[in-house]
Amino acid sequence: MSETVEREVGRARTRKEDAHLITGQTNWTDNISVNGLLHLSILRSPMAHARIDRVDVSAALELPGVIAAFSGRDLAEAMGSLPCAWPVAEDTVVPDHPPIAVDEVRYAGDPVAVVVARDRYTAADALEAIEVDYTPLPAVLDIEGSLAEGTALVHSDKGTNRCYDYHSASGDYAAAKARADVVVTRRYHQQRLIPTAMEPRAVVVTPLAASGDFTLYSSTQIPHVLRVLLAVTTGIPENKIRVVAPDVGGGFGSKLQVYGEEVITLVLAKRLGRPLKWTESRSEANVATHHGRSQVQDIEIAARSDGTVLGLKVSLLADMGAYLMLLSPGIPVLGASMYPAIYKMGAYDFSCTGVFTNRTPIDAYRGAGRPEATYAIERIMDDLAAELGMDPVDLRRHNWIRHEEFPYTTIAGLTYDSGNYEAATDKALALFDYDKLRAEQADRVDHGDTVRLGIGVSTYTEMCGLAPSRWLGEMRYAAGGWEAASIRVLPTGKVEVVTGTSPHGQGHVTSWSQIAADALGVPFEDVEVMHGDTMLAPHGMDTYGSRSLVIGGVAVHEAARKVVDKARKVAAHLLEASEADLDFADGAFTVKGSPEARKTIQEVAFAAFASHDLPDGMEPSINAEHVLDPDTFSFPHGTHLCAVEVDTETGAVHIRSYVCVDDVGKVINPMIVEGQLHGGIAQGIAQALYEEALYDEDGNLVTGTLADYLVPGAPDLPEFVTDRTETPATSNPLGVKGVGEAGTIASTPAVVNAVVDALRPFGVQDIRMPCTPERVWQAVRSGKETSA
Amino acid sequence: MTHISVKVDGTTYEDDVEPRLLLIHYLRDRLGLTGTPIGCDTTSCGSCTVELDGTAVKSCTVLAVQADGCEVTTVQGLAHDGDWTALQRAFHERHALQCGYCTPGMIMAARDLLREHPHPTPDEVRHGLEGNLCRCTGYQNIVRAVLDVSEEEVTA
Ligand code: FES
Ligand code: FES
Repeated sequence: MSETVEREVGRARTRKEDAHLITGQTNWTDNISVNGLLHLSILRSPMAHARIDRVDVSAALELPGVIAAFSGRDLAEAMGSLPCAWPVAEDTVVPDHPPIAVDEVRYAGDPVAVVVARDRYTAADALEAIEVDYTPLPAVLDIEGSLAEGTALVHSDKGTNRCYDYHSASGDYAAAKARADVVVTRRYHQQRLIPTAMEPRAVVVTPLAASGDFTLYSSTQIPHVLRVLLAVTTGIPENKIRVVAPDVGGGFGSKLQVYGEEVITLVLAKRLGRPLKWTESRSEANVATHHGRSQVQDIEIAARSDGTVLGLKVSLLADMGAYLMLLSPGIPVLGASMYPAIYKMGAYDFSCTGVFTNRTPIDAYRGAGRPEATYAIERIMDDLAAELGMDPVDLRRHNWIRHEEFPYTTIAGLTYDSGNYEAATDKALALFDYDKLRAEQADRVDHGDTVRLGIGVSTYTEMCGLAPSRWLGEMRYAAGGWEAASIRVLPTGKVEVVTGTSPHGQGHVTSWSQIAADALGVPFEDVEVMHGDTMLAPHGMDTYGSRSLVIGGVAVHEAARKVVDKARKVAAHLLEASEADLDFADGAFTVKGSPEARKTIQEVAFAAFASHDLPDGMEPSINAEHVLDPDTFSFPHGTHLCAVEVDTETGAVHIRSYVCVDDVGKVINPMIVEGQLHGGIAQGIAQALYEEALYDEDGNLVTGTLADYLVPGAPDLPEFVTDRTETPATSNPLGVKGVGEAGTIASTPAVVNAVVDALRPFGVQDIRMPCTPERVWQAVRSGKETSA
Repeated sequence: MTHISVKVDGTTYEDDVEPRLLLIHYLRDRLGLTGTPIGCDTTSCGSCTVELDGTAVKSCTVLAVQADGCEVTTVQGLAHDGDWTALQRAFHERHALQCGYCTPGMIMAARDLLREHPHPTPDEVRHGLEGNLCRCTGYQNIVRAVLDVSEEEVTA
């Protein structure tokens, strides 16, 4: 057993990552330049649905500085359909998805032609010179109408707009409903969101013509997965492709993808034998990078009059957009296990129908299925509380899994290893001053105040660490859920950690250094972390879905443990002691009872390097790799509370206070955890109050730029009060649970619950997100009319 | 083509440029000063903020020819020999960046803000940074970082 001393874990270390970012010494994909680099630009469909009658690139080719131009038909042979890796149901309809449209465009933004020119301005001119004739076709824009008889078809060869039906049930929901005193039914809408990582996507491909090797730099979250899929899509052997994710300016799921632009740039770099760069503009990003959410949720909850929840029924219509991207069908189904959340109940029925529409494809966006699930359950718990005349916190308390009941297997079949909802909630209520705010709320009602106070609660749990490979296989997900780490102790005693995770702002370099420093007993400063390059880190499954720490970080810890085990053999040999007689603490092996007999891990590393005197038969290395396939997910949780002031005369919503207490298990770096929460909460508030992708009746995105799509700025957001409880995970040796999406998952329902809570006296039960002043004002107005 | 002469981060450059060339593209593509990134094409995000003759501007709205005869400071002109400015240090110490994409623009905008309001309130900081979007930090740590820095330090 190693007895490492924790010196780094739990410490608010400032980040190693920052130095180059705050001085502008950055390595964004668009910064990459090589001799002879050409610029690639893409012409996109201005129509939601149309037949392509003719694409004429000849005028573009005549412009000085234009090297090449192609239509979809020109390139159709050179690249396969973009892959969907998660056909959740056996009969999932998977339409052909050409990287450039060949005969038909299916959303405004669908690529139609491509040009290569000596610089981006010339390429832009060339796009203007391309002539395309379209015959408009009727567009499917409405999720609910997509399956109606006589509706146009997004993919006419498929004969249906239905992508799949998925159903799972546990317990007898009908019986639970029959026994219930109250049944609350609601329809919630998850508006379509545009992920908007601040760095638009970019791709650079440098070919080495002689050897047929390619280096592809991409602003991607998934260099490893991308490499496999590029090989599959282009026919270029995987071992000829090196994928590098340099500095990546945010992802939020939107860079968890194999995009057409990556395939096109690679294929054309090969064809032209020249290095190529494609950089997305923001207006292009808004249509061409996948969108998130876009679901209609029908939810029904059955309960006894004392508040005991008996069962839950969930029925979703999930928009896929025009094509299936990597994970599109799986996202709503990933949420399926999360609807029962932290509550005990005897019956659960989940069904989901995926549908095609003529809009930008939908895929993973911050939380991916889990924010949608948490929103629905946390909203309907409030509605149930209102129906029963109970305080919403009391209703939750009545139903949640109690501390002493862990591990607990939920009705959705997940086993939560540990948790303490009581502790987090009690702490949050105290910080928030819940009772005082309730009193003020009542007071404002009594005085007929035009500005009302609303209080929203959300007691969420998250599902991190996607996922045990076996579980993914059962869910028809094409890949595994493992993660790799290797550790090299260099001859000088410095340490290199190679991780398969691929961060884009999460601070892995710092956190993984802390983990490795403790496990090996070496200084934090002596650890370097390498990632994001398939040549440097050949083995990995990348970063998404809040999986990195629980799988990748734990893999680092396990690899370090293997290093210590190997080092112990060498140390025992050098100290002429038996392995069992050695203690390992603070980076050194000592013989029990004689602490002067001592070898540091650095000395052992040098001995292994020199190899003059190793145990018989031992390989001359203490380096180690560990590939970790988790046994289960991890389940951080917490309580978020939001107080809003709603001006009933203008509809304006002002967040007065926001308090959260999260339990993410063992904390590696509290500063990074807090930062991740802040960002997540901001994004969750944005869904509640500000953001929505809107289309006109022809299917054009009207929120096509950052001037129209309302990403909140600093004045739009409040100060957050964050605190935590710490209930270590029992399912991994570090006790960690992950934090990436907690803020987003928890905050949206907390905010909307607060807005609705403020307006319940007006008979308001729901306000569609985002709760804009206009919607709030309308709700107050119609509420007043009905109660008058 | 128009001839321009611009001093960027202390070095003077003479170039012939197309009149339509944006300053941000001039800095990035012609001078190779890629420390300032681009986040949008509608002057909405602030990623590209630099100082033009001492005032923060969004360099995606300025033509390179408009910078003729001017002095431009980018984030790359701030740190000298690893000696960070107070704002850069505060961003680091307050964990005011995650992916870091908005950071150069935030730092340049914050410098301007502190010149105008050497001792801002949290609300003044939030309003002062209105034109700069960040998708990672929720702004709170950025606001803290700016509040940490006083007037004397900002120019240090
Ligand atoms: S790039 Fe200039 S403001 Fe967005
Ligand atoms: S740190 Fe990522 S956008 Fe601000």
